[in-house]
Amino acid sequence: MKEILIISGKGGTGKTSVTSSIAALCENKIMADADVDAADLYLVLQPSIIETHEFYGSKKAIIDSEKCTHCRLCMQACRFDAINNFQVDPILCEGCGVCYHICPRNAVSMKDNLSGHWYISDTPYGTLVHAKLGTAEENSGKLVAEVLRSAKEMAEQQEAPYIIIDGPPGIGCPVISALSDADMVLIVTEPTASSLHDLQRLLELTANFKVDVSVCINKYDLSEEQSRNIEYFCYDQGIPVIGKIPFDKNVINAIAHGIPPVKYGGPAALAIKDIWEIMKNKIDSE
Amino acid sequence: MIVAIASGKGGTGKTTIAVNMALSLRKHKTVQLLDCDVEEPNAAIFLNPKFDAEEEISIPIPSVDNELCNLCGRCAEVCFFHAIAVLGNHVLTFPELCHGCGGCTLFCPTGAITEKPETIGTIATGYAQDISFVQGRLKPSSTATATLIKEVRRRAANLDAVLIDAPPGTSCPVVASVNKADFCLLVTEPTPFGLNDLVLAVDMVRALNIPLGVIINRSDENDDIIKEYCGKNDIPILMSIPFQRQYAAYYAQGIPLVEAAPEWEQAFQNLWDDIERRSR
Repeated sequence: MKEILIISGKGGTGKTSVTSSIAALCENKIMADADVDAADLYLVLQPSIIETHEFYGSKKAIIDSEKCTHCRLCMQACRFDAINNFQVDPILCEGCGVCYHICPRNAVSMKDNLSGHWYISDTPYGTLVHAKLGTAEENSGKLVAEVLRSAKEMAEQQEAPYIIIDGPPGIGCPVISALSDADMVLIVTEPTASSLHDLQRLLELTANFKVDVSVCINKYDLSEEQSRNIEYFCYDQGIPVIGKIPFDKNVINAIAHGIPPVKYGGPAALAIKDIWEIMKNKIDSE
Repeated sequence: MIVAIASGKGGTGKTTIAVNMALSLRKHKTVQLLDCDVEEPNAAIFLNPKFDAEEEISIPIPSVDNELCNLCGRCAEVCFFHAIAVLGNHVLTFPELCHGCGGCTLFCPTGAITEKPETIGTIATGYAQDISFVQGRLKPSSTATATLIKEVRRRAANLDAVLIDAPPGTSCPVVASVNKADFCLLVTEPTPFGLNDLVLAVDMVRALNIPLGVIINRSDENDDIIKEYCGKNDIPILMSIPFQRQYAAYYAQGIPLVEAAPEWEQAFQNLWDDIERRSR
C-alpha cells in the first residue's frame, strides 16, 4: 500500500482541488483529509458518514476550590502562565500535569479533553476518512495521526493499493505527522513570491524524510515569470516539476457545485490528468 | 491596540491585509507588524524590512546524567507527553514531543535531569520604513509552532497599531496568535471553502471572546454566500477587495497593493477607524 500526500507549504494554492481530482481519477484507493483544522475535502466528495469517533487529544487541569489552600506551588511551577487566581485557563493549559503532580492537597485533577471527532464516510469515489478538530483546540498532529491510522486500516480491509491524502498547510506538527509514512509527495505551488519562499521551507522539511517529492504549479499563467522562477529553483534542487495547471474558471465552478474539478472538464482538468498519469507511473514502478 | 488578522482557510489574503494596513497607517500612527505565521512568514517579502537583531529561540528539554539516574521511572510517569521513557538501563528522550514544562526535572528524585536548550527557531526584529517589524521563523522539523508564536507576541510594543499576521487554520498556532487581541479581522474569499473555514474561524474567535469583522478578498459575483452567513450571525463585513488579475499580478511580484494602487490607502485608514470604534 502506498501513501500519496498532497501538500503546499503556503495555504490556498489549490491542494484540495488537486487532491479531489486525483482521488476521482485513482481507482481502488482510500482518501484521507489530513487538514484537520480546516477540512474542506468533504465539500467536494459529498460524503455520507458511516462511523463517528471521538478524539481525546489532550488533558486539561482543573483545580478543586474546596481542596485548594492557595499555597501557589502550582502557579510557580506552571511554565505556561495558565493558572491565575487559583483557576486554570483552559486555553493556555497544555495539559503537562506539573500542577497535578506538585499539589500537596491533591486539589488538581486532569480531565480528558474532547478535542474533536473523526469520521469514516462513503463517497461516490470510495471511502474517506476525515476529521473535525474542536473549536480552539490543540494537538492537530495527533488527530492527523489518528486519521491516517484509520485510513491505513481501511486500505488493508479493502485491499486498496493507494491512500490519497489532502495535507495541511505549513511545515509544523500536522505536516510532519502526515509525512511520517508517506511514499510520495506532490507539492502544489503557485507562481507568487510568497509561494516560492514557502516551497523552499517545505523542501527543507521533506529532505528529512525518505519520500519521493514532485512539484506542480497551479494557476501558472497568472505570472509566467514567477512560474519560471519556481521551475529554475526546482531544477537546482533536483525536484521534478511534473505539471503546470492553468488558471481556469471551471475549477471555481466545479468547487461551487461540489464536484472534483477533473470531473467538470476544462484545461485545468486536462493538466491534472497528465499529472496523475506521471505520478501513477512513478509510484507503480517503485 | 492589537489587531489580529486570521482566516481559517490559507491563502485568502491575511498577509495582504496586514501589510497594506501597516503601510496605510504609518504616516499618521506608530505601527508594528508581528509576523506570527512562523511556519511560512511572508510579510517580509512585501515590506523588505532591515533587520537589526536576530535571536535564537529555544525550549528547555531534558538531559539525563546516567551516573545519577537510578532508572526509577518517575520522569516517564510524570511526563504526559511521553517525551521521556526508561528502556532497559537507558533513559530515552524525544525532543519533538517535549513541551518544555520542566516536570521531569522537577520531580526526578536523584537530581539526574537538567535542562538544555533546544532551538525551535529565530525571531528577527527591525524596521520597514517606519514600521516596527518582528518576524518569527520556525526551524524546519521543529514542532513548537505555538511556543515560538507566544515569544513573537511577547515582543509587541505599546504602539498605536500592533498588527498580527496569523497562520491559517483554527488550532493552537492560531489561538496563540489571536488570543487577547483587541480585535480580530477574518479574511475570506467567496467560495465554498472560504465560507466553510470562515465559519470555523468565527467559532474560534468567539470562544476567545474577541470582537471580530470580516474582509472579503477576491470579491466577485459569488459574495452572497459570505454575506448571507455574516448577516445571519451578526458579523460586520468591513471591507471587500474585488478580484482583479492586475492585483494578483502585484501580489505575485511581492508588490504591496497600496504601492501599486494608492487609492486603497484611504480605505485601509477608514478600516482602522472602523475597528477602533467597534472594539471600544
